[in-house]
Amino acid sequence: MRTTIRYRAAARMIAAIGVVSLAAACSGNGGTTGATGATDGEGFPDQNITIVVPFSAGGPTDTVTRMIAEPMAAKLGAKIVVQNVEGAGGTVGAGEVGRAEPDGYTVLMHHIGMSTAPALYKDLGYQPLESFETVGLVTEVPMTVVARKDFAPATLQDLVAHVKANADKVTMANAGIGAASHLCGLLFQTAAGVKLQEVPYEGTGPALTDLVGGQVDFMCDQTTNTSGQISAGEVKAYAVTTPERVKSLPDVPTTTEAGLPKLQVSVWHGLYVPKGTPQDVVQKLSEALKAALADQKVVDQMAKLGTAPVPAEDATPQAHRAKLEEQLGTWAKVIADAGIKAS
Amino acid sequence: MELLDNLALGFSTALLIQNVLYCFVGVLLGTAVGVLPGIGPTATVAMLLPITFSFEPVTALIMLAGIYYGAQYGGSTTAILINLPGESSAAVTALDGHEMARQGRAGPALATAAVGSFIAGTVATVVLAVAAPPLARVALQFGPAEYFSLVLLGLIMSIALARGSALKALAMIFLGVLLGTVGQDIYTGTPRFTFGQRELYGGIDFVSVAVGMFGVAEILRNLENEQTRTAIVGKVKNLWPTREDRRRIVGPILRGTGLGAALGVLPGGGHVLASFTSYAVEKRISKRPQEFGRGAIEGVAGPESANNAAAQTSFIPLLTLGLPAHPVMALMVGAFIVHGITPGPNVITDEPDLFWGLIASMWIGNVLLVLLNLPLIGLWVRMLRIPYQVLFPMIILFAAIGTYSLGFNAYDVYAIVFFGLLGYILIKCGCEPAPLLLGFVLGPLLEENLRRALIINRGDASVFLTRPISAVLLAVAVAALVLAILPAIRKRREVVFAEDE
Repeated sequence: MRTTIRYRAAARMIAAIGVVSLAAACSGNGGTTGATGATDGEGFPDQNITIVVPFSAGGPTDTVTRMIAEPMAAKLGAKIVVQNVEGAGGTVGAGEVGRAEPDGYTVLMHHIGMSTAPALYKDLGYQPLESFETVGLVTEVPMTVVARKDFAPATLQDLVAHVKANADKVTMANAGIGAASHLCGLLFQTAAGVKLQEVPYEGTGPALTDLVGGQVDFMCDQTTNTSGQISAGEVKAYAVTTPERVKSLPDVPTTTEAGLPKLQVSVWHGLYVPKGTPQDVVQKLSEALKAALADQKVVDQMAKLGTAPVPAEDATPQAHRAKLEEQLGTWAKVIADAGIKAS
Repeated sequence: MELLDNLALGFSTALLIQNVLYCFVGVLLGTAVGVLPGIGPTATVAMLLPITFSFEPVTALIMLAGIYYGAQYGGSTTAILINLPGESSAAVTALDGHEMARQGRAGPALATAAVGSFIAGTVATVVLAVAAPPLARVALQFGPAEYFSLVLLGLIMSIALARGSALKALAMIFLGVLLGTVGQDIYTGTPRFTFGQRELYGGIDFVSVAVGMFGVAEILRNLENEQTRTAIVGKVKNLWPTREDRRRIVGPILRGTGLGAALGVLPGGGHVLASFTSYAVEKRISKRPQEFGRGAIEGVAGPESANNAAAQTSFIPLLTLGLPAHPVMALMVGAFIVHGITPGPNVITDEPDLFWGLIASMWIGNVLLVLLNLPLIGLWVRMLRIPYQVLFPMIILFAAIGTYSLGFNAYDVYAIVFFGLLGYILIKCGCEPAPLLLGFVLGPLLEENLRRALIINRGDASVFLTRPISAVLLAVAVAALVLAILPAIRKRREVVFAEDE
């Protein structure tokens, strides 16, 4: 008797687990392909919208996406599902959205990597300007130049002088080929007019670990990752790479103030839909994005990350496209000059 | 006294009803995904992270942490019962654990895993509470050179995982290292052995290799001879460890806990080394090394304890310095950020209830895991009575779903088929999959740290000998290598001499 009951309980549990895992597998797949819905903007949206994040859950880009997803959904009156499609510096997820049905139900959140991928990867399978419609910019995350806490130079100008004099000794970490920290590092070398030994890591976590441990000398990374270590005095901060100081790091000067104005870089994020999406659908998404960026909760959450929403006029398809074009040009040159290829 | 105050604060936070509840949900989910082949804690935490955004920060972290160490617990179950490890640590448990199950001793194996994990978890919680910040400082002394030497030592010790010839084990380690190089080189971005397939750029997934080489190959081997399978089922003996078993597992559990707790602190991959370093140590000091790989209970007790201790102490770099040691920790950094807490050294002082609450919850989680798992043992063992023609398609189905859910990549599923066949062929050739798997896991770590150390030191290899920790580790590695191959050389010489006569 007892045995049968236990058997049933086991069967039920196995069945339940099966359903959960099946649901997980299906939700992942169903979202991306996106059902073919209305092709004009009339009834948009009449089903769930999927925002594809081409990076892992919990990362800065994913966090930003989830922050804006809720208020955007409220404005649009539809559910928004955030889906992570990782791989190859964001090119896997971007390619998937590029090939999706152009109906506005599959949206891509991508960062600065959209503008660097064509220079880094061959056979990308999509072209940023030809395969996507821009929807609007979201945020520009500042970067910081940081060093191990016992590194000799005291200011950014000292740092430039020091690395120039000791180019054969200094090491500069980054989070891997094409990562924001790598791009910022390249710009630093260009701005400072020096070629340094770069030490790539697999992601920011290990790179920052070795910087805090004093195994490498310095690096450049997003405030999202560095501000905690800076405030605690575990690493030394020389500058932020944006025109204005960052609220959460009031004592850290901008690169312009610190005497290296050419080092300007931010991890800008934007929303994209596949090419051929009806204009009024794009417009509706852009309006929803604007509403989300004006949401006080979003502003507060972003402030904690050391960043802020872009001004309303930048959350438009036009401003976003202009930014993308400008950045594609900038990075094509920087990456070609450095002779870097990710594939 | 301050410690007691802190622990009091921790327990008062962790014992709040919603925190206990979500701790339970976390360890339950963790056990479930650990048991299911393929779906690992990383995928689960990634999937559930958004749900926790609406929780209190401490509740969210308690649940996510519960999933992580709960999965370490659950992973041993399928490894023991059906030779299907979902993580590299469980692959070590499978060696003797599954052998025990074949001998009708699945119950004692599972009970040993649960009890060992509980003791390890308790000790690791104390370590976290007493010495987390100073340990984190020590861990930071480990740079690329030290990690290289440590991993090299680990690879050499993994020869001990094989019960057969040391030469074949070495060959398997090299094959594993080779498989580990598939994908994009992180230093140059050059694709290696990808044959132009973009899906292979990210490398071969560990789960595909483990599920194929262990699980599918095991199924093929079982199907070959239906008779042996029925025989196993017939002789399920005692459910609980005998007095003799209990006597034999005390030492391995304590040693494993110490080893695991120490290795777990290292953010650059120490937790990966914990379980099989413990296995190698137990085999080396055992009076009955010939029993290892043939159902030695020490081979379950040591690695399982080491693994669970390491899983818990690997939170030290995250909690004290904000530095993640594992993809799951990286996801937890995301959880910190979403809740407006900047991960970093200030968390201990700024959010003491969070820090101490999480530590206290780990002990509560371990209690819950034992309460959850011990009664389940009877049920799991009965699962072995399911007719094999029903069981094996289910195993394959779950394995395929789990592997696919890793990254929605069909290649991962094809890879199971490939590695299943490869594993079957290798077993037929007398080569064992465990050293291959460890070569596969440690190879990339070895290469990454070797090259990084050389880059930082501008190609000067003397750094491995001039840094003291690295030099000591290398010396131990050389000693271990000599000890491992000496018997083989001696035997060879005997053969040569025999021919001379």
